[in-house]
Amino acid sequence: MRRRRPTAFGVLLTLALALTLGFLTLPVVAIFADTSPRRLVDSLGDDSAQEALWLSLQTTVTALAVIVLVGTPAAYALATRTFPGRTLAITVIELPLVLPPAVAGIGLLAALGPQGILGPALQDTGLVLVLQTAGVVVALVFVAAPFYIRQAQASFAAVDPDWLHASRTLGAGPARTFLRVAVPAARPGLLAGLALAWGRALGEFGATLMFAGSFRGITQTAPLAIYDRFATDFTGALALSAVLVGASGTLLLTVKLASGPGAFGAAR
Amino acid sequence: MLHVDVATDLGACALDVSLDVAAGSCLALAGPSGAGKSSILRIVAGVVRPDHGRVVCGGRTWLDRSKGVELTPEARGCAYVFQDYALFGHLTAWQNVAYPLRRLRRAERRRRAEELLDRFGLLAQADARPRTLSGGERQRVALARALARDPAVLLLDEPLSALDSRSRATAGRELTQTLGAIAVPTILVTHDFTEAALFGDEVGVLDSGRLVQRGTPGDLAARPASAFVADFTGAVVLCGTAEPGPDGLTRVVLDGGGTVVSTDVADGPVAATLFPWEISLHPAVGGPAGLTSGSAQNRLDVTVSSVTPLGNRVRVGLQGGQPLAAEVTLAASGALDLVPGLVVTASFKAAATRLVAR
Repeated sequence: MRRRRPTAFGVLLTLALALTLGFLTLPVVAIFADTSPRRLVDSLGDDSAQEALWLSLQTTVTALAVIVLVGTPAAYALATRTFPGRTLAITVIELPLVLPPAVAGIGLLAALGPQGILGPALQDTGLVLVLQTAGVVVALVFVAAPFYIRQAQASFAAVDPDWLHASRTLGAGPARTFLRVAVPAARPGLLAGLALAWGRALGEFGATLMFAGSFRGITQTAPLAIYDRFATDFTGALALSAVLVGASGTLLLTVKLASGPGAFGAAR
Repeated sequence: MLHVDVATDLGACALDVSLDVAAGSCLALAGPSGAGKSSILRIVAGVVRPDHGRVVCGGRTWLDRSKGVELTPEARGCAYVFQDYALFGHLTAWQNVAYPLRRLRRAERRRRAEELLDRFGLLAQADARPRTLSGGERQRVALARALARDPAVLLLDEPLSALDSRSRATAGRELTQTLGAIAVPTILVTHDFTEAALFGDEVGVLDSGRLVQRGTPGDLAARPASAFVADFTGAVVLCGTAEPGPDGLTRVVLDGGGTVVSTDVADGPVAATLFPWEISLHPAVGGPAGLTSGSAQNRLDVTVSSVTPLGNRVRVGLQGGQPLAAEVTLAASGALDLVPGLVVTASFKAAATRLVAR
C-alpha cells in the first residue's frame, strides 16, 4: 500500500489555518483562563457591573425594537419597489457599516446635540439625548440598523414575487400580503439580521462614548464599563468581557441556525 | 364575458392584443416563450399594469388606462394558478386553501378548506407542507386555493409544465374535468400546441406579443394564417379511445368514427398526434383494395376542406370524423388536383402516430 505524501502546499494550508484559528481564539480563551472562574463570578456581584449589564440589555432591546419596527417595512420597500434614487438609498443605509464609530459619534452630536442642527428643535420638545440613556439608544440604532436592514432586504428580495402576486389575487391587500406572506417567508433571514444587529449593538463603544458619555447607571453600557475599569479592576473587566463573549457567541449561533439548511420559506 | 384590449411594452417585444372569452369557455393561448402569454394573465389579474388598454369582466371595468380606472388584484378576484403554483411554503395545504377565506371563522375556514381539498382528492394531505407534496398534488392544492373564493375568471399559467410525464396525463384529465365544471371565462397559457388543443375550446396563437390567429384547434391546423402558425400548430390531434389491437399494436377508435393503429402502448382515452407532413394523400379509390401496397397502416377517407399555400408547400385541411391537416408539396397538390370538396384517402404510418393519455 502506498501512502500519499503530504505536499508542501498542503502543509502550508494547514499551517495557515492553524495560525488563524490560534490567533483568533487566543484572546477569547485568555478571558476565561486568566483568572479563576470563581473570581469572575464574584466580581459580577459588584453593583456597577450588574448595572452596566442591565443597561446594556435595556438599551440594546429598545434599539432593536426601533430597528425592527421601522427597518422591516423600509427593507421591504427597498426589496420590492422600484423608485428613483433607490440605489442611492441603499448606499446611504449601508454607510454606517463602514463609518468609523468616532465619526458616527461626532455626526450624532452635530445633528442631535445641543448645538446640532436639530438641537433647538429637540430642546423645544423637552427631549434631551446627550448624556442620557435615550442617547445610548440613538447611537445603538444608528450603528446597528444597517446590519438588520441589509439582511432583511436580501431576504425579502429572495421571496418569490409570485407568492406576493398570489396573495394579492387571493384577496389580500398589500399590508396583509406583507404581514402574512412576505414576513413569514423571509423570517429566517430576518432572525439572522436581528442577531447580527444585536451583536453589533452589544459591542457598541465609540459612538456611545462620544454621544452619550459614560455615566454609571445612565449611559455606561457593558463595553464602556469594561474600558472604565480595565486599569483599576482587571478581573472585573474580564468578568464583564466573559459575559459579552457568551452573549455574542450565542447570537452567532442563532444566525447559523436561522440561516441553516433547515430554514423554510424563501429558498425554493 | 371577459374582454381584454391592451398594449404595452414588454422590453423584448410590444404586446398588443384584443380578445374576448365567454363565460364557461376556455381560451388556450399558445406560443413560444417570450411571446407575452404570461404577461396577458398578469395584466388580467392586475399584478402588472399595461401602458394602454382596457380589461372588462362581466360588465365591470377592471382597468381603463384612458379613464384612470384600475382595480387592485384583490378587488378583481381572479383565480390564478401560477406556473410553479406559488404555494406558501410556511403554511400547510389546508392553510394555503383557507388563505383567501379570511372573512370566515377559523373552524369554518378549516371545514371549507377540507371540503375543497376533498374535492381534489387531497384530504389526507391537509396538514402537509407544500414541499412534501408531489408535483401533481401541489397543482391540485393550487387549483383548490384559486377556486376557494368564487372567482370571476380562471387563469392557468402552464398548468402541466412543472409535472413529470407520468403525472401529466392524470393531472390533465382532472384539469379537463375541472374546466368542464367551471362557469367563468378561462384563459390557459401553454407553449405546447397539443396541450392547447386538449384544453382550449379555442386556441389563440401568440407570436412576439401579437395574437396572430384564433380558432378551434382543427381550424388552426387546417387553415393556418401564416407559416409561423403552420409550424407552431404542427401536430394534428385526434381524440379517441385506445384498446389492444392486432400484432401488438394499439388500436384507437376515434371519436366521430374511424380507427387508427399506433406502435405506442396506451389504454383508455387518448389523443393521437402526428405531424401534417407525416400524412400522405392519395386519390380516393372507393374501397380498401386500392391501397394495400405500401407500409402505411392507417387510412382514413376524408374530404378536402381547405387548401392553403405556404411558400413551396400546401397545408390541406381535411374533414373526416374529426378535422385533420396534411402538408404536401405544391407539385403534389397540383398532381392530385386538390380542391375543397374532393374526397381523398389520407394515409400515415402506425409508427408516426404517437399517443398521449388525456
